[in-house]
Order: sequence, then C-alpha cells, then structure tokens
Amino acid sequence: MIRPLRVIVAKAGLDGHDRGAKVIARALRDAGMEVIYTGLFQTPEQIVQTAIQEDADGIGLSILSGAHMTLFPLVVEQLRAQGAEDIVFFGGGTIPPEDAEELKRRGVREIFTPGAPLSQIVEFVQRECGKRRQLVG
Amino acid sequence: MAKMIDRPSGLGAQPTAEFEQQRERWESAGAFRKPRKGPGSGALDRTISDLPLKALYGPEDVAHLDLARDLGYPGQYPYSRGIHPYMYRDRLWTMRQFAGFGNARQTNERYHFLLAQGQHGLSVAFDMPTLMGYDSDAPQARGEVGKCGVAIDSLADMETLFDGIDMGDITTSMTINGPACIALAQYVAAAEKKGIPRKILGGTVQADILKEYIAQKEWIFPPRPHMRILADMMRFCRDEMPRWNSISVSGYHIREAGSTAVQELAFTLADGFAYVEAGVNAGMDVDSFAPRLSFFFNAHIDFFEEICKYRAARRIWARHLKEKYGAKDPRSWQLRFHTQTAGCSATAQQPENNIVRVAYEALAAVLGGTQSLHTNSMDEVLALPTERSVEIALRTQQVLAYETNATNVVDPLGGSYFVEALTDEMERQAEEYFAQIEEYGGVIEAIEAGFFQREIADASYRYQRSLETKDRIIVGVNAFERPEDRGEIELLKIGEEIERGQAQSVAELRNRRDAGTVGRTLERLQRACKDPADNVMPHLIASVNAYATEGEIVQAMVEVYGRYTERAAF
Ligand code: B12
Repeated sequence: MIRPLRVIVAKAGLDGHDRGAKVIARALRDAGMEVIYTGLFQTPEQIVQTAIQEDADGIGLSILSGAHMTLFPLVVEQLRAQGAEDIVFFGGGTIPPEDAEELKRRGVREIFTPGAPLSQIVEFVQRECGKRRQLVG
Repeated sequence: MAKMIDRPSGLGAQPTAEFEQQRERWESAGAFRKPRKGPGSGALDRTISDLPLKALYGPEDVAHLDLARDLGYPGQYPYSRGIHPYMYRDRLWTMRQFAGFGNARQTNERYHFLLAQGQHGLSVAFDMPTLMGYDSDAPQARGEVGKCGVAIDSLADMETLFDGIDMGDITTSMTINGPACIALAQYVAAAEKKGIPRKILGGTVQADILKEYIAQKEWIFPPRPHMRILADMMRFCRDEMPRWNSISVSGYHIREAGSTAVQELAFTLADGFAYVEAGVNAGMDVDSFAPRLSFFFNAHIDFFEEICKYRAARRIWARHLKEKYGAKDPRSWQLRFHTQTAGCSATAQQPENNIVRVAYEALAAVLGGTQSLHTNSMDEVLALPTERSVEIALRTQQVLAYETNATNVVDPLGGSYFVEALTDEMERQAEEYFAQIEEYGGVIEAIEAGFFQREIADASYRYQRSLETKDRIIVGVNAFERPEDRGEIELLKIGEEIERGQAQSVAELRNRRDAGTVGRTLERLQRACKDPADNVMPHLIASVNAYATEGEIVQAMVEVYGRYTERAAF
C-alpha cells in the first residue's frame, strides 16, 4: 500500500493569524493527505527539523504579518543547511505580488494569496508533493 | 393611582379575521413561486452564520415577546433599543480609526492627519514585537518591526507617539493585551510628564486576555496570572483613573478567526462575565468596576444578523448583570461598544469594492447602536492603509453621520418582526452556549479543553467550504471575477530601515538611562507579582518612568509567571 502524502503546515515568527493555516490544513487532510500542523511561533530551524523527522513531502508556510521576506528565505536556507532541498516548500498569506515573485526566485515553489481557491491549493500540493514522492520513494 | 392602559403587553397583536385571510393568501401564493436561481440562491434560507431564515416574518414570530420585559425604551433596562434615550440625536458615535505603522514619529504624523480630517478619538495599532512583549532588537523581532503597527519599546516612544496631542482632551484606545498593563503604565507616565493627571485621562486599553487564548493568540503568561494582573488593573482604574475603561471585551477577533455571529456574541459575553467574576472574587463591589468594562464587536456583511447581534448583546448583558451579578447601578447594566467592520469580508480582488462593503457594515453598526466605529480601508487585505485609503474610510462614516439621516430616529428597526425575532433567537442560542461553557467549569477551563478554538475552526472551515461550492458568493472572488484585476491601488510599504533604526534607538536608550534605578524598579515589580495582596500597576509605572523597556519588564514578569504555550490543533 502507498503511504499518503505527508505535509507540514507551519506558522513562523510572531504572527498569530492561524485561521488560514488551519483551513489549509483541513483541506489537505480532507483530500487524503497526512497533515502535521506545527502550531504558532516556530523558528525556521524547528520547522525544517519537524519536516525531516516526520519524513514530510512538503512544507506549507503561512505568514500574514509582513515578515515573509525574512522568514521564507530563512526556511529555504535551513532546507539547504539540513540537506532537505527535495522537500517541496510553498506557502501563502498577506504577500504582495512582487514579493511573491522574488520569493519564487529565491526557492519557494509557490505562493498563494487571499482568495486562492482551496481546490487549486490541493491540486498543487498533490501534484508537486506527488512528484517528490516518486523521486525520493 | 396610575391610570390603567388597555394595551396588550406582547409585541404580536391579536390578529383579526381579515388579517388571517391576508396571511392565507400570502401563503398560497407560495405554490406559484419560481425561486431565484443563479449566484447566491443557495444561501437564501440561512444567514452567513447558518441561522435559519424564513421568507417573511409576522406577528406570530414575536407573539412570545413582552414589550416591557424584552424591549423597553432606549436608555432603560434591558436596553435592547439602545443605551441612551436619544442616541445619536444627542451624541454621534466616536469616529476612531485604528492606526499605527513604522515608528512612533511616523504614526504621530498619521494621528495629526486623522485629527485634522475630523476624526474624534485615537486608536493605537502596535507592531507584533510590541504586542508579544519583545523589544525591537530581540531575535524574535526579526523582520517584524513596524510592519503590523507602531513599534513602542519604551516610554520614550510613547512620548513621541503623543507629541503635540492633548492627552487630557482626546480619548485613546490601545489595542494591546498581553502587555496591556505596561502600555497603560506608559500612557499614564507620558501624560504625567506633560502635566496631565491620570484622573482625567479618558480611553481604553483592550486588555482582554481571554479572547487571546480563544482567537488572537497574543498571550504571554498562562491565563491565571493574566487574570490576576487584570484584577489589579481594574482596581487601579477604579481608584485612580475614573474615566478609563479597564478592559475592552472583544468579539471582533473571535469573529475574524472564523466564528459565527452567535459564537461571537456568546463567547464575548462569557468572557465579560468571567471578568466580572474575577473582579468580584478579588473583593471589589460589582458596581465599582462593571461600568468601566466596554465591548468591541465586529460588523460583518450579513446586515440584519449583525444588527440583531448588537441588540441581543445589550439585552443579555443587562439581564445577567442585574439578575445574576446583582449590580444595582444602571451603568453596570449598560453594554457600551466599539465596532470595526469585518476585515475578513474584504477582498484583494477588485479592492475598490471594499468601500461598498464597509459602508453597509458601518450602517449595520449604527443601526445597532454602536458608541464608536472604525471603518476598514479598501486596501485591508493587502497592507496597512495609506493616507488616501484611510481618508475614504473616514469619509464613509461622515457621509453616514451627516448625509443619510440614518441617525435621526432612535433604534429605527425596533419592532420589526424579523429583527425582533432574530434578536430573540440569537439571545436564546447564546444562552445555550453559556450553559455549555458552564459545564466545562468556566471560560478558562473551556479554553484549556480547546472548546472555543474547536468551535471556531469548525465554523471557519464550513464557511470556506461554502465559498468553494459557491453556496456563498463573494463578488470578484468566486463570482463576477476579472482575473486581470489584481488591484492597481498604491500600497503602504514599511522598509527595513525602520527595524534598524528602532533597534538602534532602543540600544542607545539602554546606555543613556540609569541602570541602577531600572534594576531596582524591576525587582520591586517582581516582588509585587509574587504577592497577590500588592498591585502591579504602581510598580509598572515606576519601571517605565525609569525607562525600563517593554521587553525587560515582560522578561521580569515571565521569570515569575512563566510563558504560556498552546496545544495547537486544527
Ligand atoms: C482575520 C484577521 C485577523 C484576526 C486573526 C484571527 C486568527 N486567529 O487567525 C485578528 C482579528 C485576531 C487579527 C489580528 C491582527 N491583525 Co489581522 N487580519 C485578518 C484578516 C482580516 C483576514 C485574514 C484571514 O484569516 N483570512 C481568511 C483566511 C482563510 O485567508 P488567508 O489567511 O489569507 O489564507 C488564504 C491565502 O492567503 C492562502 N494561504 C494563507 N496561508 C497559507 C498557507 C499555505 C501553506 C497555503 C498553501 C496557502 C495559504 O490560502 C488561503 C485560502 O485562500 C487580514 C486581512 C485580510 N482580509 O486578509 C488581516 C491582516 C492580515 N492583519 C493585519 C494586522 C496588522 C493584524 C494585527 C497586527 C493588528 C494589530 N496591530 O493589533 C493583529 C495581529 C494578530 C496576531 N496575533 O498575529 C494586517 C497585516 C499587515 C501586513 N502584513 O502588512 C492585515 C493584512 C490587515 C491590515 N490591512 O491591516 N487579524
């Protein structure tokens, strides 16, 4: 039997906006994935460690506090430092389009912003994390 | 002897035979209807919070209501129709825009702008590090300084924030909770340095810690120490700041976290009752502090449901304070509230449409009898507001106040079959929630059991699903989309230089001040934290006057109380 895809939904920094993260976590779970929600105030190190420990296929980071240009790149850096670049790293929140573009250039796979349909997010995670699973096994 | 008046006491008059026939005709017309199809037709029978709706309401829906018991007159118990006899004819609501960004200097400029445009009161938005009790140079603050509000590290920043503003005249609301006692101490100290005595200061500090665990997540200590500090604040305000509201019991955040209107109503009032009990348990007479508790509600987009929510809130508070808590002063029975339009109803798509949403939401707040109002700006989803967008939001209130005549008649919807029936239904459902919370043993126990958090997360997910299925419509998002439109409006940007500047100035402050005094005041504060018979407030004022930073004060208190961590679930 194939193990279901496993995804970390994470909150970092001081941001307490967790409504969106919880909605995303439930939507992914409803779509048959195993979801681990980190809870609030995690450091980039902690998030990547959790992902490695849990053998996760993807990390979804939610940031609404405006600290995205600091925290997203720190997670990318940690993924590199801990040799886990195969983990699909994506996210969403209050992120202006030009910042989203810049983050994608710096290694974030995709950024979803307010109003993004859940169906589109689920479809993306299934596809990208599915590819990772095929590669890594 | 009083003259007996021959009038029914119930709201629904006895129907005549002719009226009965009219009703039957209306009912039989239902057989020939063709219900509307297309966008939004899936949501005709439910409010946005899933309360059932009928097509029409009549006398039979309000027959059980008693005019004197349930409605009364404005300015009289149970205040369903408003807390003042003449409402906005005597005094408009306070127009108070929540504002703060970057450093104290920039935000001070914004305050001067808003006051010059006719705003009545100030409302401070702090940045994340300040809200969570960290200084701007703390590692936890990286990337967050000045982004979500103004950075206030010490009394020095508070002084700059109110530079050129008459703190004896203006009322100020400060949205801060975990470190509320510190912000209050800084406000008092800043005013007293200008020679304004604390007893004339008017305003509110949010300080509603229970809803932090429930919804906003800006806690520092575990609930019980926080409740002790709140009791200290209530006592301090009672004795020394008679014009200050010690707590603003907030439903806004509960609703924004995804709750229904009934949950907002019930959970907020339950928090309010918990504060009343905390005050009474700390040995205070209920009438000595209850008049200084104020409330803060959301104005969401479901127009009538919101109006009924405010009316029900007033009635429930009055009944419980009088009947359950034995308050005798009518001011303890009166629920006064601030309102903010619903941030979560705003859209990133076609952002100008938010101006329209805000106008409807503001109208609901006013028809519901609010005492003060913040209207969101059209760029709400995208960033903190620009001067331009906040001006439109303020003008929206001014048009409502001065052009629409919506303020001329007190409680204009009172007596509407629908409004009265829905008000009553919301009161009934709130009472059901109170009973459930009681079963947990109280609000703190229900928080620890994750009850509120679960209820809200369920409601929020149900709502999100209803957008996916298009049972609910949001214009520009899941209907009438224009994919090329990503909003062409100009946005406020907070640069990285703010963080560098702020971190540098707090470091400089630490070198400038007298370290010995700081150490001594913090030590005394710690002793007061350990001694339940003492009050932390005077020690906090002494610490901020010595220019102890917020982060240092919080750290001193954490050493006594510890930090709270949440067991997160989704
Ligand atoms: C709800 C809300 C709150 C609630 C939060 C409740 C909670 N527990 O979550 C309350 C009222 C408590 C609140 C408080 C504050 N808020 Co607020 N809040 C909002 C608001 C109105 C909506 C956010 C929301 O939940 N939307 C609904 C969810 C479902 O949408 P979403 O999170 O955007 O998620 C979608 C996408 O972004 C994406 N997505 C998001 N995360 C993720 C993660 C992954 C993995 C993926 C794939 C996708 C994804 O997919 C989702 C589905 O479409 C926004 C403005 C807005 N309308 O967006 C402001 C907003 C985010 N808040 C803001 C601010 C400033 C604050 C405060 C700091 C105010 C203050 N100074 O006191 C506090 C801080 C609270 C804290 N502890 O952090 C600012 C942030 C400014 C900035 N970044 O530049 C905003 C933009 C409003 C504004 N213009 O001022 N807030």
